[in-house]
Amino acid sequence: MAAPDLVMYEEEYQQINDCLHRLQVDSNSKIVFLVDKNGQQIAAQGDMRGVDATSLASLTAGNVAATDGLAKLIGEKEFSILFHEGERDNIHISLVAQRVILVVIFDEKSSLGLVRLRVKKASQELERTFEQLLKKAEADRGNLHNRFDSPFAEITDEDIDSLFSE
Amino acid sequence: MTFINYAAREINCKIVYYGPGLCGKTTNLQWIYDKTNPQAKGKLISLATETDRTLFFDFLPLDLGTVRGFKTRFHLYTVPGQVFYDASRKLILKGVDGVVFVADSQEMRMEANVESMQNLDKNLKEQGYELKAIPYVLQFNKRDLPTALPPDEMYRQLNFKGEPTFEAVAMNGTGVFDTLKAVAKLVLNELKKK
Repeated sequence: MAAPDLVMYEEEYQQINDCLHRLQVDSNSKIVFLVDKNGQQIAAQGDMRGVDATSLASLTAGNVAATDGLAKLIGEKEFSILFHEGERDNIHISLVAQRVILVVIFDEKSSLGLVRLRVKKASQELERTFEQLLKKAEADRGNLHNRFDSPFAEITDEDIDSLFSE
Repeated sequence: MTFINYAAREINCKIVYYGPGLCGKTTNLQWIYDKTNPQAKGKLISLATETDRTLFFDFLPLDLGTVRGFKTRFHLYTVPGQVFYDASRKLILKGVDGVVFVADSQEMRMEANVESMQNLDKNLKEQGYELKAIPYVLQFNKRDLPTALPPDEMYRQLNFKGEPTFEAVAMNGTGVFDTLKAVAKLVLNELKKK
């Protein structure tokens, strides 16, 4: 496998959600969410009603991947911030720990400057959480005992077949 | 790269439909979208040109139900098949858990099939994956066309590790769910080994 699987535990999940919530309040934004680079949504805060979060996550990841490709073509390591300005709403996208994508959606109640400032602070905190998460997952992988405890160790063919019985 | 969320009790897996231009990758996704009940699916997103050729990717999130108390969610992607979109194809393969190769059964497209498969092998390697090792399923699409090669002949040319192989007519759904089921099975079985 190229990259280890991303594993999320209760404790870190809580920390991430707390951090996103603070960021949403402090930056006066509408929605704050976190996506992994492959387009899987990790956590979200704010008013998600009427928002297709899954599509938002996959398109954000596609956007970041394409921009990454552009950066490499002109010899840049990465463009760490993307900003899309709309008539009402704006999207601020930034990379955290080179692995996850932090997205902030805000309107005229906030400003780009404020969002950038708060994102910077939150990024540092998220970076620490993800480091901790990676270490924990690493330790778990090394730990044979836990491997046998994995809920997937005993998936049977019937379990899988039952997913497809309509 | 599977995303296992113990907090939300969810597993997210990424499956990519690969193959030469106009082989029916998007049609596969379209059929799955049309035939899945509304609670189990999200929006089908197509980033396509005005002539409906895939430009970047199609995306369909699918909720399959629960395994051992974990919600299993599959994210299905297609790549743009046209040769010159190679940079985009590489991006979409990032973090893939399983691949479906959709081959065009028409005799005149055999060369394109082979070329696309070599391209898949090369692009996977760049991401650190091995086609030989990754969950992988082969589909012979467009079996209804009069110019379709015999399946045995296609199998001989395209199947290289005895991977599950399905005959399909994606336009009318033949073989579409069998293919999806087979790749999902391989991906979930892979989770067992970790």
